[in-house]
Amino acid sequence: MTNHWIDLKNSDCILIMGSNAAENHPVSFKWVTEAMKKGAKLINVDPRFTRTSSKADFYTSLRSGTDIAFLGGMIKYIIENNKYFTEYVAEYTNAPFILSDTYGFKDGLFSGYDSTTRKYDKGMWAFDKDANGVPSKDRSLQDPRCVFQHLKQHYSRYDLDTVSAITGTPEEDLLKVYELYSETGAKGKAGTIMYAMGWTQHTVGVQNIRTMSIIQLLLGNMGVAGGGVNALRGESNVQGSTDHCILYHIWPGYLANPSTTWPTLDAYLSRRPKSNDPLSANWWQNEPKYMVSLLKSYFGTRARPENEFGYPWMPKLDAGKTYSWLDIFDEMYKGTIKGFFAWGQNPAASGANANKTRRALAKLDWLVNVNIFDNETCSFWKGPGMDPKTIKTEVFMLPCAVSVEKEGSITNSGRWMQWRYKAAEPPGDARPDGDIIMDLFKKVRYLYRRDANAVFPDPILNLKWDYTTSGAFDPHKVAKEINGYFLKDVTIGDKTFKRGELVPSFAFLQADGSTSSANWLYCNSYTSKGNMAARRTRERTGIGLNPEWAWCWPVNRRIIYNRASVDTYGKPWDPEHTVIQWDGAKWVGDVPDGGWPPMLNPDGTPNPKTKYPFIMKEEGYANIFGPGREDGPFPEHYEPLECPVEKNLLSGQLINPTAPIYGTEMDAYRTCDPRYPFVCTTFRVSEHWQTGVMTRWQPWLLEAQPQLFVEMSPELASLRGIQKGEKVIVESARGKIEAVAIVTHRFRPFKIQGNVIHEVGVPWHYGWVYPKDGGDSANLLTPSAGDPNTRIPESKAFMVNVRKM
Amino acid sequence: MEGKAFFIDTTLCIGCRACQIACKQWNQLPATKTENRGGFQNPEDLSFYTYKLVRFSEHRGDDGKPVWYFFPDQCRHCLEPPCKEIPEDPDAIIIDQLTGAVLYTDKLKKENSQDVRESCPYNIPRAEKGTGYMAKCTMCVDRVHNGLLPACVKTCPTGAMNFGDRGEMVALTKERLAEAKSKFPNAVVTGLEDVRVFYLLADEPSKYHEYAHATITPMGIDRKTALKRIARPLKELSREWQMLKGLAS
Repeated sequence: MTNHWIDLKNSDCILIMGSNAAENHPVSFKWVTEAMKKGAKLINVDPRFTRTSSKADFYTSLRSGTDIAFLGGMIKYIIENNKYFTEYVAEYTNAPFILSDTYGFKDGLFSGYDSTTRKYDKGMWAFDKDANGVPSKDRSLQDPRCVFQHLKQHYSRYDLDTVSAITGTPEEDLLKVYELYSETGAKGKAGTIMYAMGWTQHTVGVQNIRTMSIIQLLLGNMGVAGGGVNALRGESNVQGSTDHCILYHIWPGYLANPSTTWPTLDAYLSRRPKSNDPLSANWWQNEPKYMVSLLKSYFGTRARPENEFGYPWMPKLDAGKTYSWLDIFDEMYKGTIKGFFAWGQNPAASGANANKTRRALAKLDWLVNVNIFDNETCSFWKGPGMDPKTIKTEVFMLPCAVSVEKEGSITNSGRWMQWRYKAAEPPGDARPDGDIIMDLFKKVRYLYRRDANAVFPDPILNLKWDYTTSGAFDPHKVAKEINGYFLKDVTIGDKTFKRGELVPSFAFLQADGSTSSANWLYCNSYTSKGNMAARRTRERTGIGLNPEWAWCWPVNRRIIYNRASVDTYGKPWDPEHTVIQWDGAKWVGDVPDGGWPPMLNPDGTPNPKTKYPFIMKEEGYANIFGPGREDGPFPEHYEPLECPVEKNLLSGQLINPTAPIYGTEMDAYRTCDPRYPFVCTTFRVSEHWQTGVMTRWQPWLLEAQPQLFVEMSPELASLRGIQKGEKVIVESARGKIEAVAIVTHRFRPFKIQGNVIHEVGVPWHYGWVYPKDGGDSANLLTPSAGDPNTRIPESKAFMVNVRKM
Repeated sequence: MEGKAFFIDTTLCIGCRACQIACKQWNQLPATKTENRGGFQNPEDLSFYTYKLVRFSEHRGDDGKPVWYFFPDQCRHCLEPPCKEIPEDPDAIIIDQLTGAVLYTDKLKKENSQDVRESCPYNIPRAEKGTGYMAKCTMCVDRVHNGLLPACVKTCPTGAMNFGDRGEMVALTKERLAEAKSKFPNAVVTGLEDVRVFYLLADEPSKYHEYAHATITPMGIDRKTALKRIARPLKELSREWQMLKGLAS
């Protein structure tokens, strides 16, 4: 989230779309309720009417996979009806930037597309620069070549007629949503979006969020209280795992994972674009300090300038190759992966195209599942359709402690790192993950030391590894390492630090090897003042920032981009919900997004000491035009990979032209196929969690929600002769499940391009292991095709058939 | 005795069932085997093992769009509980002095559980199959006596569940009704006159649950109980008469 949970209460208009907040984040609804008590409107857009919808001031539905069409229509409405916050757009976004003539868009494709590689040459999406190498701008937003005019033209095609025919949303409902939400463009008003997997799990996932970011920027909702772009994370610590970058393409603190394109540290560190604008902070220019500090954390004294701080010992991605979740199971299915740690996860039920995953597991030599209960992954070999006699995989189950049986931290959706304590001993042989990792590493290192023929032992043998106390994993040692240390006595500015002292913030990290930090973003979380994540002082008055409760990144800044919450004089757009304000000498309120003074002096003259508010962007301006994404600088509606229509009303490109698609015999796709005529989506319910690995074993939860079900409209039920409560089959090109039919008008048929299209939905909490009559994973249906930027699978929109058993 | 009361604001309820589960956990009640019968409500009904049940009902609003109502059902802890009049043993059902909670004891084993159940205008009391013991919501008297909120109230994430002194809850209910009317012109509240659980409903009670609103008049009792109340003195007279007859012969 750019903002945080409690900040929701400050909003004037909350849009819940691409998520079901009441269902899956019920505690967040406390804050939504607070906002509504103060007069905020709740708008909910969802293919089905959910528990969230039941509380909304206005609800409407859309066909799964058509969010860009819906929101594109809102962009058109905002521009045509002058609802945008002109000063904000002109001063803080790249709307005034002049685009070079190499940028173009025609019939669904942006300039620079190579149909063989199915990739874009993003260099074509460039800005015109002036004599100083700074992007040319027209702050009046009138120049036909400026981003704003291109934006207007791009979305002029998203008229109500077309959007309605694509989404199935009635035109009057579209208008109502657009009217209500765009009121937050007024100065002093804030609108927020609560989204989750309903937006991310598509082949256009990232562009879904980009569309909303554009809307939020047009309306001046970024950086303000009650605004922002707010992801409801699906797991209590997935934000933590994302920040520490347990994903193939990033290193802790969102540093890019080096590829073979950058064989040397210098090459890697010089790859970031520079800005010629002295007023752009271009914060990523500090990356060398973070990267070198990270390497010092890994390799300690062995990392030196002479050996590029150990950079050559770090694994590199092969240029142009991806190693995402979908890629792992693709390779595993092809037999190239011999061993697999399924650590605290259940891929046989959680990953798209579960049949492919289950068969892939059977190709392994060995599998280690670290988990708390039996599940479909560790028991894959005795699952439906499996013959144990033909499976050679050796499976090890390591029981582990749950979160309350060990000490550590979790980081929530709002970026708040909160320390947790041990409340109980783990049962039997169950051990905390940290201890399991300590033992694993010790053994691996021993084997490398002992074997004279070990291939490239340097990365293992050179690791600094001092995270235990009395032989046990010590989370405090790790937390401090993450924060970082001064490795020698050093003076920075007017401050002197001693060797071994904790670094107070990332502003003090160095690129010369004198500091370490295992995650620059978390530098400031564990300092000489103590464990900041363990603080528990509540704010008694204010907008809910709670600066002394736990700790958040970066440097405890609760609302990021908050320099955009003020005008160019440093005065808040909304004095009733002040985030920061300039008192003449400094910023007061939240931690400012950089301490530089406001853009204008009190007499209206420009202040050369200022910096633009969006400091993580190279030019310092928020991106309405976003040239960094794989599938285009402006979001464009494409149909899901499996869709119910033969043509895309907006262009000749039916699907995302850059979306990754896999090609084994297990990767079957059927689009516009009469055998699979209904749109299907997957979702969660309050009573269960993820694949149900924990919740299916809880009798009270299972009592409340005992079996896999499929929701469908009465019209579809009638079409198929299905009664409420009857078990039916839901099948896709990839697999099938049996589910109890819930016949409800909370799903209604959609009118799409003149035809009636039905949609159904299935929760993905069940698995064949337990209970026996509970049903299997909805992921047996979902496709292994993903977003081109993130490779997240398109679990939210695909085609199925539903029939009686 | 003022005692305590619940105010349940169903306009804030999101049907998450944390209350239903918290009740099970606090009272360590077993889960029962259920199946999906084509909806979310489970178990199907209150039972000896289920004191709190969120009831789901779907309708269409005036605009033709769906509405989904959630009704967290529980014992109303009547000020003058009809069920208390049924048992022969006057101590089988007692009222807690501090809170006004209506509490069932094991003495109900000897009583007619069918009659007890039928006397309740809200269809709450349930018996254990085979033994005749009866159970229902206890208002978490053990928690309340120790300064804690009932489990369902403590856990509710949205503030739909409220609990406190009855006078306070009456005032809160009326305040919330007035606020709710601007969004829900048909909003009503139930139970202010004669029970300790007040519901704020956005629509007519029958749309939430058959027994959302009692079929008795305020401070009244139903016909069957009334008859039993009249019958009791006669029964006792008759017994006395038998005794006297016995002594005499």
